[in-house]
Amino acid sequence: MATLQEIVSKQVPLAPGHRMCSGCSIPVIVNTIIAASDKPVIIANATGCLEVASTIYPFTAWKVPWMHLTFENAAAVAAGIETAYKAFKKRGKMKDDVNIIAFGGDGGTYDIGFQALSGALERGHKFLYVVYDNEGYMNTGNQRSGATPFGADTTTVPAGTMSIGKTQWRKNIVEICAAHRIPYAAQATAHNTLDLFNKAKKAFAADGPSFIAALQPCTTNWKYDTALTMAYSKLAVETNFWPLYEVENGKVHINYKPKERKPIEEFLKGQGRFRHLFKPENRHVIEEMQKMIDEEWERLLKLEESQVQI
Amino acid sequence: MSVIKPLSGAQAVAEAMRQINPDVVVAYPITPQTPVVEYFAQFVANGLVDTETIPVESEHSAMSATVGASAAGARAMCATSSQGLALMWEVVAAVPGLRLPIVMPIVNRALSAPINIHCDHSDTMGATTIGWIQIFSENAQEAYENMFLALRLAEHKDVLIPAMVMQDGFIISHGVENVKILDDDVVKKFVGERNPDRFLLDVKNPYTIGPLALPDYYFEIKRQQEEAMENAKKIYLEVGEDLSKLTGNKYPYFEEYRIEDAAAVIIVLASAAGTAKDAIDEMRVDGKKVGLLKPKLFRPFPYKEIRDAVKNIPVIGVLDRSISFGSYAPLYTEIRNSLFELENKPKLQSYIFGLGGKDIFKNDIKQIFEELLSGKVNPEEQKYIGLRG
Repeated sequence: MATLQEIVSKQVPLAPGHRMCSGCSIPVIVNTIIAASDKPVIIANATGCLEVASTIYPFTAWKVPWMHLTFENAAAVAAGIETAYKAFKKRGKMKDDVNIIAFGGDGGTYDIGFQALSGALERGHKFLYVVYDNEGYMNTGNQRSGATPFGADTTTVPAGTMSIGKTQWRKNIVEICAAHRIPYAAQATAHNTLDLFNKAKKAFAADGPSFIAALQPCTTNWKYDTALTMAYSKLAVETNFWPLYEVENGKVHINYKPKERKPIEEFLKGQGRFRHLFKPENRHVIEEMQKMIDEEWERLLKLEESQVQI
Repeated sequence: MSVIKPLSGAQAVAEAMRQINPDVVVAYPITPQTPVVEYFAQFVANGLVDTETIPVESEHSAMSATVGASAAGARAMCATSSQGLALMWEVVAAVPGLRLPIVMPIVNRALSAPINIHCDHSDTMGATTIGWIQIFSENAQEAYENMFLALRLAEHKDVLIPAMVMQDGFIISHGVENVKILDDDVVKKFVGERNPDRFLLDVKNPYTIGPLALPDYYFEIKRQQEEAMENAKKIYLEVGEDLSKLTGNKYPYFEEYRIEDAAAVIIVLASAAGTAKDAIDEMRVDGKKVGLLKPKLFRPFPYKEIRDAVKNIPVIGVLDRSISFGSYAPLYTEIRNSLFELENKPKLQSYIFGLGGKDIFKNDIKQIFEELLSGKVNPEEQKYIGLRG
């Protein structure tokens, strides 16, 4: 088991000098996951924050082989790279073993890239797909996605006198991916480096496709102070808004159970996207959100207890 | 030793792919391209090739996975038609900018709506401005040979842009004819191995491909693509000469058929050129001086060479198998452009034919020639062949 010190002292593949926002948690997620690979990695990156901020021509922040094609196809690109790798191995053109990773935001994963992701999982390519989930189209300024939480204010579904913001809960992307009968799917977040590292280790070791959804608090569009990214990451877990769990060969294991879950207000307060929920007339929205979070948590506990395969 | 095999156009292209034995082939079915990937899948299933295949869930992913494999360093291919090309369009348009030499056989089919599975050129004519080499094939033999030509051309170090090899849906793809097939060893030697300078699987030399380029560099990158196109035009002839040594056939920009003394010439792409040749032979017996010019290389387009070839022809009819709504038809536009520098220009007439697979017959061609010979043409009018009354 690696120590935190060992992980953070590894040479980072995503070099400083990239243009991600101050307080952004994407680089932490990316560097932690790549640090977990004991083989060279090759990256397929969907259009989004990570791509635009890491490779403004003629510069690149990447010290590892990296490709961007378009928005909705990181999984298909990774499938192509993985298949070329198999062909090269078979034909004796290559000796090194590699790990192939696709990175996409939630828009490129839950929404526009969903079909390519599903196809690649179903076909069984050996690669790790990572969604850095900031719960909206944050690269283009906070538009609603399939990952945006209930009650959030976005520019395409704004809160207003007749609107609470988004009225649907987000898709359960981890269970959807696990339902493809892939060997490993997990939910992680930015602040818990060891948890994320260990999940990436398991993902790389899996005999087939693997998937990690990493919550990535977004200072710019969740609208909180840049110093609070890790605090919000932690609050998401402590409130059960974003449980840390994994699905190994269909079976759920919860990695962290808060001794006493915090009320969801703790996570909501201070975030500009939820500010409207604290008006008296919107009090019921927070109550509804709390109810849904508690129900989901109960369901997750039952899945773990029963060991019923997803 | 080459052998003669009765093959459909789809089979002929699949046979070329078998002989190329790419590292990766990505397959998704769409009529009338489907038999191309089916025949190839049979080769894989029976061990005739050791290609790795990806049976994807859409054309968008087909081209995406092909690009991923190509960027990884593989020789990678996929094939499509019509709606499939339309669905993968976003990625198709990105390939030339990435300078990946992907060769894609295309079986031309009409675009919806109305939905129609038969031949016209509206699919690839929509893709003429995005930087792919485009080579049209008249028959299965040409489609087969153009695959090798396209591969060497696309992968040439001074080119490195992708290429489409077209054949007419059903008319060629599903029609069986005798095709002269080269020896496997001869093809293997001709196509060689792909040797990219930089590729993702070269993990010791990390490589970033597909970055964001803003106004300070985007334009320059696009200008380089145009240079590659200019190179492609030259190198097409060089590769064609090499291929000619193996096949005995010629690979000019366009085929000229009995045009030396012609009083009227038809310019048409692909399978309809065959019909036109029959009509010309019969009319020549009757003393009518008629001929044909069949462009093979459509992108880059050989403007100057076509101008030189037809400058003394009194009247030319250009037959298009697609409409460019609200403007002159695609091939007609190119021919008009080709003639601009001439002081004494041939008379021109534009004809649209064969949309959605409507047949064109020898008699249609003959009537067109009679009209051209009568000199009653109007370069600003678009005429339609074989429409219901």
